[in-house]
Amino acid sequence: MTETTYNYKVVRQFAIMTVVWGIVGMLVGVIIAAQLAFPTMTEMLPEVFQQYLQYGRLRPLHTNAVIFAFGGSALFATSYYIVQRTCQTRLFASGLAGFTFWGWNLIIVLAAVSLPLGFTSGKEYAELEWPIDLLIAVVWVSYALVFFGTILKRKVKHIYVANWFFGAFILTIAILHIVNSAAIPVTLTKSYSFYPGAIDAMIQWWYGHNAVGFFLTAAFLGMMYYFVPKQAGRPVFSYRLSVVHFWALVSIYMWAGPHHLHYTALPDWTQSVGMVFSLILLAPSWGGMINGIMTLSGAWHKLRTDPVLKFLIVSLSFYGMSTFEGPMMSIKTVNALSHYTDWTVGHVHSGALGWVAMVAIGSLYGLIPKLFGREGMFSTALVELHFWIATIGVVLYIAAMWIAGVMQGLMWRAVNSDGTLTYSFIESVERTYPFYNVRLLGGTMFLFGMLLMAYNVWKTVANAQPAQDVIPEAAH
Amino acid sequence: MDINDFRSWHTVIMLAIFIGIIVWAYSKKRTHAFDEAAHLPFEDDATHKATLKKEDIQ
Repeated sequence: MTETTYNYKVVRQFAIMTVVWGIVGMLVGVIIAAQLAFPTMTEMLPEVFQQYLQYGRLRPLHTNAVIFAFGGSALFATSYYIVQRTCQTRLFASGLAGFTFWGWNLIIVLAAVSLPLGFTSGKEYAELEWPIDLLIAVVWVSYALVFFGTILKRKVKHIYVANWFFGAFILTIAILHIVNSAAIPVTLTKSYSFYPGAIDAMIQWWYGHNAVGFFLTAAFLGMMYYFVPKQAGRPVFSYRLSVVHFWALVSIYMWAGPHHLHYTALPDWTQSVGMVFSLILLAPSWGGMINGIMTLSGAWHKLRTDPVLKFLIVSLSFYGMSTFEGPMMSIKTVNALSHYTDWTVGHVHSGALGWVAMVAIGSLYGLIPKLFGREGMFSTALVELHFWIATIGVVLYIAAMWIAGVMQGLMWRAVNSDGTLTYSFIESVERTYPFYNVRLLGGTMFLFGMLLMAYNVWKTVANAQPAQDVIPEAAH
Repeated sequence: MDINDFRSWHTVIMLAIFIGIIVWAYSKKRTHAFDEAAHLPFEDDATHKATLKKEDIQ
């Protein structure tokens, strides 16, 4: 490997691990979905194993695996690929890039061991204990060095909009992770948060919502801004709109966190700030969705024949849906109904499966053949099948959780004329069972789609030569 | 200065910056540069095909 070719090695490593961690994370998701539908299922196992398979220990494993292992690997792979191709230069510091791959995967393995063992800092989406948090900080700073170093040595004048989104994501996640993970260690495996009470809660959801806004939104929009134009064969609908909605999105997301803490000990005005900023977020979110979907204008016929494009465009439709639903749910009166119900779970998965996973899967189907010098995936028919199974799975999942959530919210708030509650809590649980079964079916379908993908990827890369794409010589 | 004066000015300045970004992004002067940038994903397509051919020979 010389400076004349792109560094695809680290891209290939992350791309393959995306599929592997996707299957692992979604399998854990299916297991905990099954636990909700069949709460006694782990009782048939020997007692020593039961504690490691508790819902409370597997749930953070599921969220960490799908967000940071699956989503994170997809982002490392695509950002390293896109930044090289659009800057027309080889990745800065290849050794450091290799370190981010091995470091990130070590973190994932440590999470997969420590979470079932019960080690947790108790912060949602930031459960890992302090030694792992330190390792994350080191790997993330290395990632920033590799990414921004590549931007600095670019051979073209402009920084393509996808790289702006990735850059904002890398910077913001570094700040969020370091601030929110600040803790006082007591032993190697136990620490206490640096912040007290309601301040701790506010810091946590400032982190938590921006993990959604920057990890799961801005970064995946970067992926979208490269792979949608590439797959459609035409430049993005409006580059101007991409600039305006980038700045609006990154400025506003920062303030939306308090909507996770409606009707809590958080000061009332702070809750209102969170609600108002969440409502404003609709505009830049839909700016991105419209920009992506309209890129296809004049080429809509391609949707009929190209399943990769179907994945990408349907992911944008789910993005539009969930970024309409989110602001609506942040309105305090709506939140009074939706909070703590399965509606929230439905909303999250509309974004996580419908948007994040679908755009990542579509992008990987476009990317993997290029990394291995192939014209396309081994089987387009299997991609098409994966698309339909995944889409139907997501729709089953979110529809079940919508109905279950609204039903729970209505049952919990129902009061008799004398002011007593109409339903006990367990009655709402009992009525939720049918929907938990439908959700289990939808989630299983999505997981099955990932297995089809793994087979298809295996057949594509087996016997293939790693591509050694040449960097164009003329500077633009 | 009262903290509320700061808050008011902060709001006004942020609005001015946002309007400034829109005016800048939609100005005629940026048309050429944005067109160039928008075509970056397609700039090196030819080299990719060349690589494919080289590998086919091997």
